[in-house]
Amino acid sequence: MHDDVRRRIGIEVSLGHAEAVKLCNVDAIAAYPITPQTHIVEHLSELCADGEIDAAYVPVESEHSAMSACIGMSATGCRTFTATSSQGLALMHEVLFIASGMRFPIVMTVVNRALSAPLNIWGDQSDIMANRDIGWIQLFGNNGQECYDLTPMCFKIAEDHRVLLPTILNIDGFTVSHVVEPIETLTREDVDGFLPPYEPVLRLDVDKPAMFGAVGHPDVYTEVKKVLDDTLIASRTVIDEVFEEFGQRFGRTYKAVEEYRTEDADTIVFTIGGTIGEIAHVSVDALRAEGHKVGQVLLRVWRPFPYDDIRRVLDGRKCVVVYDRALSFGGPGGPVASEIRAAMYGRPGAPPIHSIVAALGGRDIRWRHIVDQVKQAQIRALEGPFPPYEMVGVRQ
Amino acid sequence: MTANLTNNFEVFAPRLVSQDEIFTSGHRACQGCGPATALRQIGKAIGRELIVCNATGCMEIVASPYPFSAWEVPWIHVAFENTAAIASGVAAGIEVLRRKGKFYTNHEKITVLGIGGDGGTMDIGLQALSGALERGHDFLYICYDNEAYMNTGIQRSSGTPFGASTTTSPSGKASFGQKTNKKNFAEICIAHDIPYVATASVSHPSDLMAKVKKGAEVKGPAVLHVFAPCPTGWRCGSELTIRLARMAVETGIFPLYEYENHEYRLNVDIDELRDIREYADCFEKRPYMESQGRFRHLKNEDEILATIQSEVRERYMRLRAKCANVSGGRR
Repeated sequence: MHDDVRRRIGIEVSLGHAEAVKLCNVDAIAAYPITPQTHIVEHLSELCADGEIDAAYVPVESEHSAMSACIGMSATGCRTFTATSSQGLALMHEVLFIASGMRFPIVMTVVNRALSAPLNIWGDQSDIMANRDIGWIQLFGNNGQECYDLTPMCFKIAEDHRVLLPTILNIDGFTVSHVVEPIETLTREDVDGFLPPYEPVLRLDVDKPAMFGAVGHPDVYTEVKKVLDDTLIASRTVIDEVFEEFGQRFGRTYKAVEEYRTEDADTIVFTIGGTIGEIAHVSVDALRAEGHKVGQVLLRVWRPFPYDDIRRVLDGRKCVVVYDRALSFGGPGGPVASEIRAAMYGRPGAPPIHSIVAALGGRDIRWRHIVDQVKQAQIRALEGPFPPYEMVGVRQ
Repeated sequence: MTANLTNNFEVFAPRLVSQDEIFTSGHRACQGCGPATALRQIGKAIGRELIVCNATGCMEIVASPYPFSAWEVPWIHVAFENTAAIASGVAAGIEVLRRKGKFYTNHEKITVLGIGGDGGTMDIGLQALSGALERGHDFLYICYDNEAYMNTGIQRSSGTPFGASTTTSPSGKASFGQKTNKKNFAEICIAHDIPYVATASVSHPSDLMAKVKKGAEVKGPAVLHVFAPCPTGWRCGSELTIRLARMAVETGIFPLYEYENHEYRLNVDIDELRDIREYADCFEKRPYMESQGRFRHLKNEDEILATIQSEVRERYMRLRAKCANVSGGRR
């Protein structure tokens, strides 16, 4: 692909994303194949094999080792990338805490997919929701263009010396990752101007020996974790700065919480991820056409959780319908809905929050379904009863 | 008895051993710790152009309680099972940054060293090690083998020998302790056909340091299996560490050999293997098995001891038959 002029091309989102990774001049990639992440790492392998990327490509024997090798490479000062999905992310789970605890700005794309059992290769967000509390920055790309644009932004955010945290870019499996979409590309010059070279603060240096991953006894462990959380929360400033700068340079502006037709809406459809997010646009338009005052809020930044923005957009609404593609078993229903409830708890005039769990394991959801479900939720918001959550589309 | 310690003993004579301490004193290891002794010897053999990737385990814990460090070289610990993967990443990272002209230093040779105990290597870490060896990264992996999970309180590992009583293979009314044989770790590594695999023991420091140096210098992956008694876990006197390690070599329990250029070489060939029951040490006057509390329950178990003895001899003979530098058929 030519990188000297900006163009609008039709490309599968996974491949477009890999092309964006190429423009970021990564030094090191370690990956293990897993559906539906495979097209990303396959294309990166090709780009390395063709000499278009000058990076160490380490084809490891497991996802656990992929993240481990990434930590090793990042520790030597490499700009480091990997991608995974589902069981692979679950297998990495242990090492993910260590990557953030040791502050390595690794960027990882998670192509969201259901977890076993039963074995299911299709899309939902069970994988990332099970890895909610790992101390990583977690963003969502809802379509091809967003996945492409967010790639250099992820590196820039992660590597900022005020942040130095690993960062996940989430992409819905298949319904986003495998779709051919029009993407406006950036040039190498664009990305070079936007993303400075990675300058580690500390690295494995024989001239300046340092310890990474020392034992933290009870007298220091708490402090380290507090600093990690403070840094993650404070990274929001950098995220906003990077979103803003990207918008100024390239004309596409991103926000932690995106709004669609919310100005006078009394009902909000709250979504995370591209599949339901994009369909809900159509549902909102249809509901508006019927005279319902419905708007949509899309969550782009999942960690750090944007409490203030969420309160600002949800305060004073009459009904909020939150869509989750994951279930917190034996718990509050959808994990995102649970967070929204926590954000709104105790606020005067907080709207009732209706948790809907949908589209698990690749199950289809159509815009008409969302229209019906929102209407139902509006009635319930007025009349009750209001269940803790509702799993829609279940065959009885 | 012939002791062909190294080909070139003069070069590594004790007086020529580096006075520089890379693994310094003041760490938290127990009295008489075999693994800590091994690390000191390893550090001396490689020097300061060294990056250590340490698996979770006793040598990690004793060396790194923040804000203290016993290592005077860059050191990284990530988890228990992934040390070889971390070392892969470090080796690959150095290589790519050098190639791209982005490496921070001009040091020509920096040794990437992975270190793990027998549990972190032969059990939980074996998959990562196998992957790393297969990919051929330029690093040295050293397994210090104290024959159990000592850090967590003496649980059995696949490096624990047959008959040993540990907290998860205890001897009791219905059990004589560990029921399986020690995993042949060096053979597993040799099966990967990597440039260099060797066994070494803290009781033979010149041999150990020569092998560490060789493993560090060889291009591609190298593995060293280092025998390092743990007085706490073995329930033996802390002054017996080196003596027991030497007995293990002389009884044939832990033979010292190398695999290089597709050939096996026995480094210490024992004409007359000591008997695990009869070997009388000049100070303790007690045999190998009897000096260790973990075998205490076997004292009158003649049948089990005889089984162990014949296994040890058979394994030694099988190994000897593979070694190019010894004439076949000798006992």
